[in-house]
Amino acid sequence: MIRLQTEPFEPGALLAQFSAGRSETGAVVSFTGLARGEAGSVERLELEACPGFTDAEIARFADEASLRFNLHDVLIVHRTGQIAPGEAIVFVATASVHRREAFEAADYLMDYLKSRAPFWKKQHGRDGAAWIEPTDRDHDDLKRWSTTP
Amino acid sequence: MARVLLFGPLRDLAGWRERTFDPAPATLSALRSVLASLDAALGEAIDGKGVQVAVDKALVRGDVALSPGCEIAFLPPMSGG
Repeated sequence: MIRLQTEPFEPGALLAQFSAGRSETGAVVSFTGLARGEAGSVERLELEACPGFTDAEIARFADEASLRFNLHDVLIVHRTGQIAPGEAIVFVATASVHRREAFEAADYLMDYLKSRAPFWKKQHGRDGAAWIEPTDRDHDDLKRWSTTP
Repeated sequence: MARVLLFGPLRDLAGWRERTFDPAPATLSALRSVLASLDAALGEAIDGKGVQVAVDKALVRGDVALSPGCEIAFLPPMSGG
């Protein structure tokens, strides 16, 4: 399931809910990304999505990841709007029979989300505001998956 | 009527996020001309490298016909999450 929301979320609650009621899943992996303050230079992040398009693109990618890694389930929750340093910005959880697939799928989904997902990110800080583009490292991280896992 | 949406830096450049055009231009290229005549800098920016266009939430390439009531989103290069 893919969810975009402006409200803050509680990663622990999401993980508990995602893990509940599974009798055939042997592994659940979760990742929580937090907004960084960069030693006080970032006051807030502003994240913009195109509703109906951004969620559909992420869902398409999550479906592909589910097939590739034989997942039982995926949950992606992503904040949009105004995000303060220290707040959770993204939550990814994957469920599979064994741990390897769940670990790799969560890693893969995060590399996609950080570099290719349709978001526009603006950093507001003491030196003004600037739109952010994916870093070289984000692109390199995604390239790791171009060979068969 | 056509609804035009701008995202990210395009929104800042134009100073608006959403606008309706009535009647809807017949094609995407006609809409580009309308936008360029209103704001030359915006016209140039939406033709820029890496700017994608979604009509009714689906990416399109090149010129396409626009139907009344459609939504056209100009999507600059994406930041990732």
